[in-house]
Amino acid sequence: MAAPVKVVTLCIDGRDVSGREGETVLEVARQSGIEIPTLCHMDGLEPVGACRLCLVEVTGQARLQPACVTQVSEGMQVATVTDRLRTYRRMILEMLFSERNHVCSVCVSNGHCELQDLAQSEGLTHIGLRYRYPTLSVDASHERYVIDHNRCVLCTRCVRVCDEIEGAHTWDVMARGIDSQVITDLAEPWGHSDSCTSCGKCVHVCPTGAIVEKGKSVAEMAKRAKFLPYLSMMREEW
Amino acid sequence: MSKAKVATVWLDGCSGCHMSFLDMDERLAGLASKIDLVYSPLVDTKDFPEMADVTLVEGAVSSTDDLEKIRKVRAHTRILVSLGDCAVTSNVPAMRNRFPVQAVMDRAYRENAQLNPQTPAEVVPALLGKSIPVHEVVAVDVFIPGCPPSADTIHFAVSELLEGRVPDLSSRTRFGI
Repeated sequence: MAAPVKVVTLCIDGRDVSGREGETVLEVARQSGIEIPTLCHMDGLEPVGACRLCLVEVTGQARLQPACVTQVSEGMQVATVTDRLRTYRRMILEMLFSERNHVCSVCVSNGHCELQDLAQSEGLTHIGLRYRYPTLSVDASHERYVIDHNRCVLCTRCVRVCDEIEGAHTWDVMARGIDSQVITDLAEPWGHSDSCTSCGKCVHVCPTGAIVEKGKSVAEMAKRAKFLPYLSMMREEW
Repeated sequence: MSKAKVATVWLDGCSGCHMSFLDMDERLAGLASKIDLVYSPLVDTKDFPEMADVTLVEGAVSSTDDLEKIRKVRAHTRILVSLGDCAVTSNVPAMRNRFPVQAVMDRAYRENAQLNPQTPAEVVPALLGKSIPVHEVVAVDVFIPGCPPSADTIHFAVSELLEGRVPDLSSRTRFGI
């Protein structure tokens, strides 16, 4: 028999809410209709707290906490919308836009992109940082899919879905810091990968136009990531 | 009430933002009673006026000519508006930034030339090392992202500015569009 569920009550943005012990601030907030912006998070994948967009303020803690990996506790006081958080969220988005070459107007994911949506919802009208314009590759060696590193935000959703759900672990991350890049197998062309099953899950969890289907033109690449929680649920039950 | 002096400037862009401006259609007639279009690719004035109240800039800063123009425009404008993704983000013009200028020039004027391939040495202004957003060169007061921003967005932004308000465009436009 399952252990009894402990319920904790906490306060988010001045509202009293309750959640189960072990749940994260993000989960409880969303169940309560409080929206916290996220980018690397995806329902059905292990959270990693990589993008820092979901940072929240917790009373009594000097450091900001990523809501996706912070568990709720009794009496916790959380603020999700403050001037400080707004500033940080915009700064994170500005760094993402300036780091690589995101050209929304000619991107296959224009209109279906989580980065583009976040820029709009966070009120970002321009990028104050200088763009880096790095030289990055596009690997179209796979029969059906393309990875365009110009559009990658290193959320690692592809890495996690390939490892946790598909069980292939074709994707990983190489190098460090600003030189980091997602790779297939041992940084070989995707089309030469022995481990890739061509399942396409990485395509549909990718929040931007980085991993896409071949043959899509501007604004045609809509992703379908809703399947993921069901797959995870099925795996758990089996 | 005297009319507001409005200018528009076309730097390194495709003119799509100006087309979108014209797409305001009959609303242009309404605007005409409130503004004087004192300088624009759409009118025949050759010199930028002493002082414009609002200037809409389309396009990225890509050449020595763009650089000279935008500095002059900034010095003679009260409210400078970056209109569209090229002005705001440098957008498509910046896609050449990963290549050296010489390679870009060779591609355009030699490799793809059918007749008499030669790199222009006069009249055509020299390209800058990189194509950059307007606000990396001069201070910009209002940003209107979009490729192009819709006629509705431009109409709203201009109307708000004429009323002395800073337009909140977050629900009306975005990068790309």
